Amino acid sequence: MSELRPASVVRAHPLASLIGARVREFWREPSAIFWVYVFPLILVGALGVAFRERPVGPFSVVVQSGAQAATIQRTLSRDSRFRVRILDAPTSRQWLQTGRAELLVVPSSRTSNDPLGGSADGGSEKGSPGEFESCAYQYDPTQANSVLARQLADDALQRAALRRDAIVVHDQPVVEPGSRYIDFLVPGLLGMGLLGGGMWGVGFAIVDMRLRKLLKRYLATPMKRRHFLGAVMASRLLFTIPEALALLVCARLLFGVTSQGGYGPVALLILLGACQFSGIGLLVASRARTIETVSGLMNAVMLPMWIGSGIFFSTDRFPESVQPFLSLLPLTPLIQALRGVMLENASLWTLGPQLGMIVLWGAVTFVLALRWFRWN
Amino acid sequence: MPFAIRCTDLRKTYPGKPPVEAVRGVDLAIAEGECFGVLGPNGAGKTTTIEILEGLIEPTAGEVEILGMNWGRQGPEIRQRIGISLQETQFSDNLTVRETLNLFRSFYPRGLEVGATIARVGLEEKSRAWIKHLSGGQRQRLAIAVALIGDPALLFLDEPTTGLDPHSRRQLWAIIGDCRRQGRTTLLTTHYMEEAERLCDRVAVVDQGRVIACGPPRELIARLGGNHVVEFSVACAAGAAQPPEFWSDLPSVVNCRAEGDSFHLSVMEPQCLLPALVERLEQRGWRLSNLVTRQASLDDVFVVLTGRAIQHAEKENA
Repeated sequence: MSELRPASVVRAHPLASLIGARVREFWREPSAIFWVYVFPLILVGALGVAFRERPVGPFSVVVQSGAQAATIQRTLSRDSRFRVRILDAPTSRQWLQTGRAELLVVPSSRTSNDPLGGSADGGSEKGSPGEFESCAYQYDPTQANSVLARQLADDALQRAALRRDAIVVHDQPVVEPGSRYIDFLVPGLLGMGLLGGGMWGVGFAIVDMRLRKLLKRYLATPMKRRHFLGAVMASRLLFTIPEALALLVCARLLFGVTSQGGYGPVALLILLGACQFSGIGLLVASRARTIETVSGLMNAVMLPMWIGSGIFFSTDRFPESVQPFLSLLPLTPLIQALRGVMLENASLWTLGPQLGMIVLWGAVTFVLALRWFRWN
Repeated sequence: MPFAIRCTDLRKTYPGKPPVEAVRGVDLAIAEGECFGVLGPNGAGKTTTIEILEGLIEPTAGEVEILGMNWGRQGPEIRQRIGISLQETQFSDNLTVRETLNLFRSFYPRGLEVGATIARVGLEEKSRAWIKHLSGGQRQRLAIAVALIGDPALLFLDEPTTGLDPHSRRQLWAIIGDCRRQGRTTLLTTHYMEEAERLCDRVAVVDQGRVIACGPPRELIARLGGNHVVEFSVACAAGAAQPPEFWSDLPSVVNCRAEGDSFHLSVMEPQCLLPALVERLEQRGWRLSNLVTRQASLDDVFVVLTGRAIQHAEKENA
């Protein structure tokens, strides 16, 4: 058995080979690539397009057929934000009820001696005083678009009827980068990616290895436990780099999203966040012995943060009474800090409380995880 | 004689209601260079015993000495000198055979060359294949390669051939035989009697957490009193209803038992028994419906020692 002589070749450092193995395993798992890299990009694309900046409207307005319907239609049609149709009473009501129209204008029915009645082509460019005497607006007062349509239509009709505004106002539209929904969303998605990465990349991966008895098999070698845990953490940080880069580059190229406070602080926050969620992932995985247990735990951890940490909408929308709980969630301070840097050019000093929370969460969960960790 | 493994009064009780006594006082002394088999039905405590020896489970009580060292004080030193194949480890699906061995090789300060180890277990053609594409037998050979990669003085193999087809099993036997020739001490568990007979210098038969017999396979078999077993059935009801002792006065018979509707007689010399057996049947007018003579096996040892066939013992334990 001469070929089985002990080899004196230089061996790789165990930490390096463990990291190498983790990276290979990950890259060769198409579903992992999809969920960690492709899915957030799809989300950015889809939400960015869905909530892209566009002028208010168009509003679908229905005018109930009648004496002055054509005049009203002509008046409103001057504003490009309105799509105006004349329909008979039952149909127009149906349109309103089914949401096909935001607003239903019902001209008043004092037709017999209507001073301008029947003047289908009587509306001049500016309209003429007394053109309409009255009409009724029907709309859903709980729908912002309906209320807006009613307001704009009313303005248009009143002006056409020569209303004089009491004070002089000027509109000065402001469209600044940083104020759009996509600008708000990208830091949220960055945080969500770090959360998911910690859960799947650390928590799930470790339970999977425990189930395969691979942890036990490692334990049966001279491998040092700190090398194993170090490799899990280090590979997680490595995976974070392309993950965050893909999101930031994609958001920048597609939607022009930039960081007001520069990318250095963003990188630091991403690093801190990745460590924090690796700690939480490790804790979730520390004792779970089945895929069902770890999946349940992961959902229990992630779901409150998906909803309550302000990924997709501001946490201000929740009632005052739950705000203290929301701010305790580990993802909340991370997203707040990322938004602070990216949207408001906040310095890391002013984000001290958030950074403290992130570090605390990471450190406490990591220590607990090490204490409870089950190798067998 | 230096011992590779020595344990005394090993006990393991798992808490619960009622507590499960998986191992109830096992003593083993395994010499360096020996291939030692722990044999018994599923649930007999084989895996618990081997995992205590491997330092993966803490015993409830008892002393363990591995290569003259002690788990409590010299754990890391022991780890460097033993190789382990657990019952069904699933290595990472998406790594290749070579990558897996490179990874495990990096844990040992000294060990074997990866390429040569792959060749040794006959996986050269699969060295670049992902593990998820390996067959059961190939995975098991990889597990042995991983156990060997640290050039261990002592090898633990927990059911290395369970669930494999006969061809793969024979391949593994050849590999294990090589390890033994290289002077590695090997401790293997199995519930295949044939495997223990073929590979092991000595075996310990384990049942319900205790060693019920220990010695070289041929010696254990000889201890039955006979090297041969004559199995037969009687076609008529009166004959089949006889207790097994009915046959014990026939020449050369040392042990009788009934299994299902057939009788198993352990005998020294079947050629002496057979004429007498036929004569007795003729006297009674009973007809022989089935007759087999074979070499006694460890299966017979187990049945004689426990009064149960090994398959029945597994059903009870399940």
